[in-house]
Amino acid sequence: MKTPTIERPAGDRSGAIRRGPLARVVDRLGSGLLQVVLILIGLFWLVPTLGLFAVSLRDQTANTSSGWWTLLTEPGQIVLDNYADLLATGFTASFWNTILITVPSTVLVIGIAAMAAYAFAWMEFRGRDALFLVVVGLLVVPIQIALIPIAGLYGTLGIFGSIPAVVLFHVAFGLPFAIFLLRNFFAGIPRELLEAARMDGAGEWKIFRTVVFPLAKPAVASLGIFQFLWVWNDLLVALVFANTENQPMTKALQSQMRQFESNVDILAPGAFLSLIIPLVLFFAFQRYFVQGMMAGSVK
Amino acid sequence: MEVTGQSADSTTTGAAAGSPPAARPVRLGPSPRLALWFLLPALILLGAMVIYPIVYSIFRSLFDTTGTTFVGVDNYVAIFTDSGMLTTIRNNLIWVAVAPALVTVVGLIFAVLTERIRWATAFKLVVFMPMAVSLMASGVIFRFVYEQDPDRGVANAVLTSVRDVFASGGGFPGARPRENERTPVVLSQGAVVTRQPVSPGQTVLLPLVGLRPDALPASAAAKTPGQGTPGIHGTVWLDFTPGGGGAADAVDAGEKGLPGVTVEALRNGTVAATTTTAADGTFSFPGLTGEHVVRLPQDNFAAPFNGLAWLGPALITPAIIGAFIWVWAGFAMVLIAAGLAAIPRDALEAARIDGATEWQVFRRITIPLLSPVLLVVFVTMIINTLKVFDLVFVIAPGSVQPQANVVALEMWRVSFGGAGDHGLGSALAIFLLVLVLPFMILNIRRFRRDQS
Repeated sequence: MKTPTIERPAGDRSGAIRRGPLARVVDRLGSGLLQVVLILIGLFWLVPTLGLFAVSLRDQTANTSSGWWTLLTEPGQIVLDNYADLLATGFTASFWNTILITVPSTVLVIGIAAMAAYAFAWMEFRGRDALFLVVVGLLVVPIQIALIPIAGLYGTLGIFGSIPAVVLFHVAFGLPFAIFLLRNFFAGIPRELLEAARMDGAGEWKIFRTVVFPLAKPAVASLGIFQFLWVWNDLLVALVFANTENQPMTKALQSQMRQFESNVDILAPGAFLSLIIPLVLFFAFQRYFVQGMMAGSVK
Repeated sequence: MEVTGQSADSTTTGAAAGSPPAARPVRLGPSPRLALWFLLPALILLGAMVIYPIVYSIFRSLFDTTGTTFVGVDNYVAIFTDSGMLTTIRNNLIWVAVAPALVTVVGLIFAVLTERIRWATAFKLVVFMPMAVSLMASGVIFRFVYEQDPDRGVANAVLTSVRDVFASGGGFPGARPRENERTPVVLSQGAVVTRQPVSPGQTVLLPLVGLRPDALPASAAAKTPGQGTPGIHGTVWLDFTPGGGGAADAVDAGEKGLPGVTVEALRNGTVAATTTTAADGTFSFPGLTGEHVVRLPQDNFAAPFNGLAWLGPALITPAIIGAFIWVWAGFAMVLIAAGLAAIPRDALEAARIDGATEWQVFRRITIPLLSPVLLVVFVTMIINTLKVFDLVFVIAPGSVQPQANVVALEMWRVSFGGAGDHGLGSALAIFLLVLVLPFMILNIRRFRRDQS
C-alpha cells in the first residue's frame, strides 16, 4: 500500500513498451522540450517569492528607482537595513502573538478532536452516525457566518480582542476537519488491538491515551501541520477578533497595506519573515501535509 | 507499519486508493454516557461557535443595522438590487466560472507533464510551495509582481521585453518627415513613405526629424549606403546636424542613423519585402527589381509599450485569479498526480498495444479513470472560490476594491470595515452559506455512499 506523497511512487515506469530507434529519438527531443517548458513553469512559480525576498534586501531608494532583478547584476545593493528597522519597530510583538495564537490552537484542536474522534470510531451511542454526518456537513461552513454572532458573544464575555478569543475561534472552526480526519484514521485501527485492551480491563481513557493515540501519530502529524499553517496564515479571524496589542503578523502587515508604495520597506521583509517558518515546516513535513490534504478532500 | 498503511488507505481519495472503504467499527464495550464525556468539549465548541451562529445569523439578517427594527427580507433585497452589490455578485460569478476550471486544468497538465520527468519531485515542491505561504504574504508578493512600472513590476517587465523581442523597432515616437515639398518622404496614415517609387540602383534617402539626437545611440553615425550592388539601398536617419550646418535631405557628418527601424518595399500597394535598418540606419533589399515604394510602417513611431494596468479596474479580477491559480495549482497537481499513479498501467498498455495514440489513451482512458479525483479538486476549488477573501483584500488597491469586490470581502467590509451594518452583514453571511450548501449536501451524500 503506498501512501501518497509529493514524491513519485517507485516503479511506475515499469513495463514501458519497446519502441523503435526513431521513436526514441523523437521521445528524447520531446523530453528535452518538455524539460525546458517545465523549467520555465517552475521559474514562473519561483520568481514571485524570490522577488519578494530581493525587494526586502534593497533599501527604499533602490526599490523606487529600479527593479529587484537588478540585484542579480549589482549584488552590492544588498542591505539588511529593512530587517533591522522592522525588528526595531513592534513587529517582533506580532511575531510572538502569532506563536501564542498558533501553538495553543493546534494543540487544543488535536486534543479535543482526538477525543471526539475516538468516541465516533469506537464507542456506541444513539445518534452517532447522524451526529457524524453533521460534522461532515460542517466541513464547508464559511467562517463568515460566525463573525458577527461570536463578536457579540465575546463582547458579553469580555474577551473580545484578546488572544484566547482568537484561539477559541480557530479551535471551533478547526474541529470539523480534525474530527473527520482522525475518526477515519481511528476506524482503520485493527479491532483486535482494542478488544485485547478491553479484555485486559483497561478503561476507555487509558485505551485512548496508550493504544489509539500513539498509533495515530501519522494522522496527528498531518492534522497538526495543517492546523498550524491554517492558523499561522489566517488574516480574517485576526482582523475581526484581535486588537492591535494582540494582533498576529498577518494583521500587522495588513495595516501597512494602505500606503503600499511608501511601506515597501516594512511589507517586504515582514511578509518574508512571516512565511519563513511555514515554509520550513512545510518542507520538513510535506509528506504529512499531503496526506492530510488527501484525507481532507472528502471522497 | 501495517496500521499506517491501512489507515492512510482509508483516508485517501476513492480513486487514488481504489480500495474498499474502511470496515465499520463494531460497537462494543463502554456505556453511551462515557461517550458523551469524550464528545463534550467538541460538542460545546461546535454548538456554541458554529451551530448557534448559523441560527443567530438567520435571525439577525432580518433586522436593520442596529438590530432593533424588524425589516423582513429587506437586507436580502439589498444584496440583489444595490449596484455595488451586483458588481460584487458578478465578480463572484466570474470567479466561479473561471478559477476552479483553470486550477483543475493546470493541475492536470502539470501532473501529466511531470509523470515522465526525473526531477518531478523538485518541480512539484516548487509549485506546491505557495500552499504553505499565507494568502496575506501571497497578496504582498503579487502586489510587487503586478506593479505598473515595467522597471519595478516583474509581470510588466517580462511583457515589455517579450514584446520588444517580437515587435522590432518601435522606439522612435515623434519621428516624422519635414513638412515641405522638397523632402523625399511624406506621412501617410501614420506611416512614412517615399514620395516617388524608387528603382534598383537608386539610393533611397529617408530623412526624419522630431527626435532629440541624444535619444539615439552614440554609435549610430549615419552613412550613405554603398552603391553599385543590385537591389534597393537606402538610409533612415535623423536629418539634423548638431551644432548647425549641414544640408537638408542629405546625409551630413555628425548626423545619426535610426537603428532597428522596420522598412517595407511595396509594389502595387502590397508588401514585397521587409527588412530592418542596421546600426547606422542603412538598409538594403538586394534581390528587388522594378519600381517600389519604400515605407516605414507606423509601428516604428508608436509610443513604447509600457505593460498592462494589472491593478486597474479592468484587469483586477483576472489578475487576482492569476494569483489564485499560483496558490492552488500545486494542490490540484498533487491530488491529480496521486490519482494518475493509481491508474492501473495494464489498462493503458492494452490500449497502446491495440494501436491507440497517446492522445486517445489520455482522452478515453486516463481522463475517465481520473474523473473522481478531478471532481474532488474542482469542487474543493469552487468552495475556495466562493470564500475568497484575503487575496482580493490584499492585492486590490483601495481605490479599485469596489471593482474587485467579492461576497466574502463585502461581508467583512459591511460588518467590520466601518459601516457596522450587522443586519446586511448577516444576510451576506447567510447568502455565502447558501452558496456552499449544495457542496455540503454533496459531501454528506458521498460520505454516506462510501460508508455503506
